[in-house]
Amino acid sequence: MTEVVSSANPGLSQPLLAKRTSKRWMISALITTAIVALPVFSVLYLALFPDENIWPHLMETTLPRYLTTTIKLMIGVGILTLIIGLSTAWAVTMCEFPGRKFFEWALLLPFAVPAYVIAYVYTSLLDYAGPVQKALREWFGWQSAADYWFPEIRSLEGAVLMIGLVLYPYVYLLGRAAFMEQSPSLFAVSRSLGHSAISTFFRVVLPIARPAIAVGLSLVLMETLNDFGTVDFFAVQTLTLGLFDTWMNLGNLGGAAQIATTMLMFVVILVTLERYSRRRQQQFAARDNRDPIHRFTMSFPRQMICLAVCAVPLVFGFIIPGATLGYYAWEYFDESWNPNFIRNTFNSLFLSGTAALTTLLIGVTLAYSRRLHNTRGMQVLMRLSSLGYAMPGAVLAVGVIIPLAGFDNWFDGLMRDYFGFSTGLLLSGTAFALVFAYTVRFLAVSAGSVESALQKITPSMDMASRSLGHTPGKTLVKVHLPMLRGTLVTAALVVFVDCMKELPATLILRPFNYETLATYVYQFASDEQLYHSALPSLIIVLAGIIPIILMSRSISNSRTMT
Amino acid sequence: MRMKLAAAVAIALTATPMAATADGEVNIYSYRQAYLLEPLLNAFTDETGIKTNVVFAKQGLAERLEREGRNSPADVVMTVDISRINELVEKNLVAEVDSDTVNKNIPENLRHPDGKWFALTTRGRLIFTSKDRVEEGEISTYEDLTDAKWKGRICTRSGKHPYNVALVSSMIAHHGEEKAQEWLQGVKDNLARKPQGGDRDQIRAIAEGVCDLALGNSYYYGNMLMDENQRPTAEQVNLVFPNANDRGTHVNISGISLTQSAPNKDNAIKLIEFLSSPSAQRIYAEANSEYPANPEVKPTGMVAEWGEMNPDTLSLQEIANNRNSAVRLIDRVDYDG
Repeated sequence: MTEVVSSANPGLSQPLLAKRTSKRWMISALITTAIVALPVFSVLYLALFPDENIWPHLMETTLPRYLTTTIKLMIGVGILTLIIGLSTAWAVTMCEFPGRKFFEWALLLPFAVPAYVIAYVYTSLLDYAGPVQKALREWFGWQSAADYWFPEIRSLEGAVLMIGLVLYPYVYLLGRAAFMEQSPSLFAVSRSLGHSAISTFFRVVLPIARPAIAVGLSLVLMETLNDFGTVDFFAVQTLTLGLFDTWMNLGNLGGAAQIATTMLMFVVILVTLERYSRRRQQQFAARDNRDPIHRFTMSFPRQMICLAVCAVPLVFGFIIPGATLGYYAWEYFDESWNPNFIRNTFNSLFLSGTAALTTLLIGVTLAYSRRLHNTRGMQVLMRLSSLGYAMPGAVLAVGVIIPLAGFDNWFDGLMRDYFGFSTGLLLSGTAFALVFAYTVRFLAVSAGSVESALQKITPSMDMASRSLGHTPGKTLVKVHLPMLRGTLVTAALVVFVDCMKELPATLILRPFNYETLATYVYQFASDEQLYHSALPSLIIVLAGIIPIILMSRSISNSRTMT
Repeated sequence: MRMKLAAAVAIALTATPMAATADGEVNIYSYRQAYLLEPLLNAFTDETGIKTNVVFAKQGLAERLEREGRNSPADVVMTVDISRINELVEKNLVAEVDSDTVNKNIPENLRHPDGKWFALTTRGRLIFTSKDRVEEGEISTYEDLTDAKWKGRICTRSGKHPYNVALVSSMIAHHGEEKAQEWLQGVKDNLARKPQGGDRDQIRAIAEGVCDLALGNSYYYGNMLMDENQRPTAEQVNLVFPNANDRGTHVNISGISLTQSAPNKDNAIKLIEFLSSPSAQRIYAEANSEYPANPEVKPTGMVAEWGEMNPDTLSLQEIANNRNSAVRLIDRVDYDG
């Protein structure tokens, strides 16, 4: 079956290379990776110096539970996001039903809702004093919590639902992009060979889309692994809680770094396994933009099923939390309106926009260098540069401070010694530190999606361009980038929205008096006063919506639709 | 085009507020939410003309301070929880302050012997009881929480929260580790549900009938009463000052320290002096229903109505020293499990 879609690796690199130019690409990739990997290495360095060995105590007490809970949470979120993400991506790409165009972008909306916000919202709706249980009590005449059973939202299952509802867009986005880039003729061939639509989906469509889906899923899983806000609030005992406990309660940063390193290895093993399992597949889609997607025309009941499949995640992931926030924002408007909102919004947009562009630029550089120079070394570089995503934000922030403040103090010392004046801190505590942290953290998103999309462009394109005398750089600009437009936009969008929501690193690294929307929300949410932060929460969501709509349009336009 | 963009980014980056070191300012790293500090800092600026700059985070500021070293712009660190304050001392990040004004304002047991930290407020770890289901006087000490009659009737937040860790530390200090572990096991056996949520959520749980007793800090209750929508919930509970008649109620503090590297040292000391002064202490008490550290300032209004708090005289340092034992003990009991 895989023979249909894959061929042996034709060895892209060797015949293409004009040695000098490709060397330039490699060196720039090396330098970039070295800089981006600094924070991660700082954390690994910290892990070498724990205050005391935490493992005997952890293993004796809480570690088994931390591990099993973490694995359960990851499996749960993984399955949920795959189901929602793939079914909706398939429906909007391949099926014609009322509202399809609307769902194309609307399905991305839950992505703009931070997990900790959705967790607070559903808790306030579903706990005992919330409107749902209150209504049930009134209908059935129950008097107190002892009279009936109601599912506990603050539980592992609750956390899976909350995190899954806001993270499925990763799978949806990358899945949809992959489905759109697939040649419709493959599908037609499969059908003509007697496969049903469903069988074709599982035997042809999914295997081809697998690299993209794997990227989406690994992003989901890494983000789940790092989540602190939701699991803390729901008292779900994951490894991340253990990490913060070791850091904050035992004052053992080195021990915490060891736990972070362990989590990192966890992720590396996961990603390696996935790659290993498809090591023999090399997929090229000779994409032809003139060949439009033919959507299925379906019976009315089937159209309604598609509608329902798309409506459910949108309603639960966005409409309900959005409406609840809107209600609180209205109720508490006077207490929560703040003239600084405009400045905070600008800060968020500026940081997120800059970081999205930077990560995209670096992501393309790395992925393309690897295409030119497909060696084991380049593969390792790619993986190294993506590790920041697999680390909790607060730990990564400390990893960012170490090299930045180290450089600042070294440079300051130099200037004091030779010129007799102090330069103070040049990088630490500036917006640069924040953009750097975001880049390190979210490079995995852009590098991963660019890489997986590049893999699908057949090397004959490069060969043609190069034999016509273009340099690798010109080939990139003239050939690859236009073909990758949808992917580039998607990657930038994901990074942008992720940065809008980023919290722990922003809190620690920011300059004085510097608030983003997320930090502003957090100071109330962390004091158990969600109501007062409903308005800025709503603004985070709204600010995330605009680029989502713009970029989703641009993705759709990248392919002619019928 | 790309060059223009890069130039715009470069300009925007350098134009964002840099760490202020000029005269007439004081820079604060705060583990307390900026909005809680705002009324105090505004009053400080009004009185002295000194501008205040704040970075708030719940973790990582000590690491930032440590790594920034002698060039750190931070002048003071504002912290909650004695253990966290003590960490700054142990890492040698904070400097001594010897100010007659502050020493007069803050009693000796609420400051570091060498002036490396000063408490600004205290907060009691109280027991909240259901008005309907628990009679007055039915419970009066932390030790009572293990009584079999409370089986399935107690709610608390995570045992690992600093406020609970500090309470366990104080139990270790008073009863020794073995007894403290028995006690915590006893509390765990009486829990109505797995520890979760924040302190307010425990008060809510009582109102909902999930449990009858809860542990919580005093000001959460006060702030719920001040919020129109939360008041009906808070009104369903009574509050008890545990151990009022023997060793006193366990208290924790919020505090302030001068950093080693403070570039605006004079202003920083002015800020510490101001925050310990009666006028600032009154703001703390009124806006956030905390107990002022300055004994001259009596709790006002609502906080006063709750009745006198008799704080445990155990030294805060000892609570900080027991922290690691407490955390391990909580793990052994598997309190959150």
